[in-house]
Amino acid sequence: MSIELICITCPAGCALQVEQEGGALRVRGNACKRGLAFAQAELTHPTRSLTSTVRTSFAQAPALPVRSDRELPKGRIPAVMRFLARITVEERLGCGDVVAALPGGEGNIIATSDLLKEI
Amino acid sequence: MQAYYDVIVIGAGPAGLAAAIAAAKTGASVLLAEREKRLGGILKQCVHDGFGLVRYEEKLSGPEYAQRFIDALRASTAEVLTQAFVTKIEKNGGRFRLALTTARGMLRLEAKALVFATGCRERSARQIALHGTRPAGVFTAGTAQYYTNVLGQMPARRCVILGSGDIGLIMARRLTLEGARVLGVYEAKPVPSGLPRNIAQCLRDFDIPLHVSHTVTRVFGRERLEAVEVAQVDDNMRPISGTGRKIDCDALILSVGLIPENELAEGLGVTLDPVTQGPICDQNGQTETDGVFACGNAVHVNDLVDYVSESGENAGAAAARYAARERRFALVKTDAQFLYAVPQRIDLAAQPEAVTVYFRTREERGKTRLRVCCNGQVLLQKTFRQLRPPEMERVVLPLKGAALQPSHGIELTMEGLL
Repeated sequence: MSIELICITCPAGCALQVEQEGGALRVRGNACKRGLAFAQAELTHPTRSLTSTVRTSFAQAPALPVRSDRELPKGRIPAVMRFLARITVEERLGCGDVVAALPGGEGNIIATSDLLKEI
Repeated sequence: MQAYYDVIVIGAGPAGLAAAIAAAKTGASVLLAEREKRLGGILKQCVHDGFGLVRYEEKLSGPEYAQRFIDALRASTAEVLTQAFVTKIEKNGGRFRLALTTARGMLRLEAKALVFATGCRERSARQIALHGTRPAGVFTAGTAQYYTNVLGQMPARRCVILGSGDIGLIMARRLTLEGARVLGVYEAKPVPSGLPRNIAQCLRDFDIPLHVSHTVTRVFGRERLEAVEVAQVDDNMRPISGTGRKIDCDALILSVGLIPENELAEGLGVTLDPVTQGPICDQNGQTETDGVFACGNAVHVNDLVDYVSESGENAGAAAARYAARERRFALVKTDAQFLYAVPQRIDLAAQPEAVTVYFRTREERGKTRLRVCCNGQVLLQKTFRQLRPPEMERVVLPLKGAALQPSHGIELTMEGLL
């Protein structure tokens, strides 16, 4: 049985046809080897990067852009969003600074803007 | 702040940032004018990632991508003027005269070359045939993004998205992550207009339905949007009667196209391409109007910011080359007592603060005072015990604050003293 996936690794967005042959995956439609890695991950432990904003205590900049510093298991995203909803940044963090450590060693949430240093 | 620049770049989004950096790199005097308070343009609110995959092979968020260029700009010689809105541009001889409304009042500037990096605007509810009342709750995707990512306010709880442009898809995911319900994305064309990867990661990941060949035909609600009517459309994108369906929602988000913003350029008589709605350009980004360059989404709507930056670099460097073609000089003039003085002229583009001048006297002289003036202002006086033609003399002229212009240069005179 063939599974159709869109590779989200780059803007090319290759349409992949993935077939399970015994223990191995057969991937067609990928323009590069990243398509193969994506298909393997997607069928075993799909991950996504998470970008969002967190609340700040600064009236001129109420939202600070943030992201996870690594890919997260896809199923963890809603829980991490709930975790982010409880954060209020009160310091003038800059681009790359750690906003919070995710529970369970899933990495850090980092700021992606110098916004709070500019206001 | 000076009144003349070789290149003025209008707009500090990704195209303008790249243009200003590239122009300054050539040695041109450059001003980057931005109407907003902060640099970065629309990237400021594009908190999602995927920027820079082509250029840096990294998956950056919009603000991170912008920051790389802002850092490079700060390290360059380009000057930056924020909260400055260009209201008028006139061509005057070989120069452009700009009127700007700024946070500190009106400003008049001149430039040899202009780079329009004015980006694009979203097509709004007024530009599509949307019937019904005019309630609050109808947003362009970019406005919804501004509310969510900059103001930290939710623009919707239950929403319908019309159009499948990338910003609409990105907002479908963003609003869903923040707890809103996105009931569906409706696209009048038979195929979605966003990138396949955004269909996958923004809609499919969240089970948001995509309805192609469908459109919103009517909106309902007095103060706030209460519902929209959606219908299937035929091959000519006309609604098919009997297919209408009412959906209760508090917001309609429009992602129905982007239009290059060229009102300023049009004011200068720049010819636009009816298809791209941006200026007709040569390989340097120069429009059909000499000295006017354009780049980024002002020329045509790009999918990827990486190419916006590329076109900005190209147009910025070309604008600087164009400006250098007619270099502006102030002459170094000497009276008859001099054999010569070198350099003979001063390049104003470099804005020198001091210039070293070498000279020789025509004849042997005793005690002599050298006086250097610019437009009646004495820049330097120096007394020499004696001057002899075989002996070269050297003086460093302080030019800071000197009103050097092509029309009046520097005058060197000698006066014999007893």
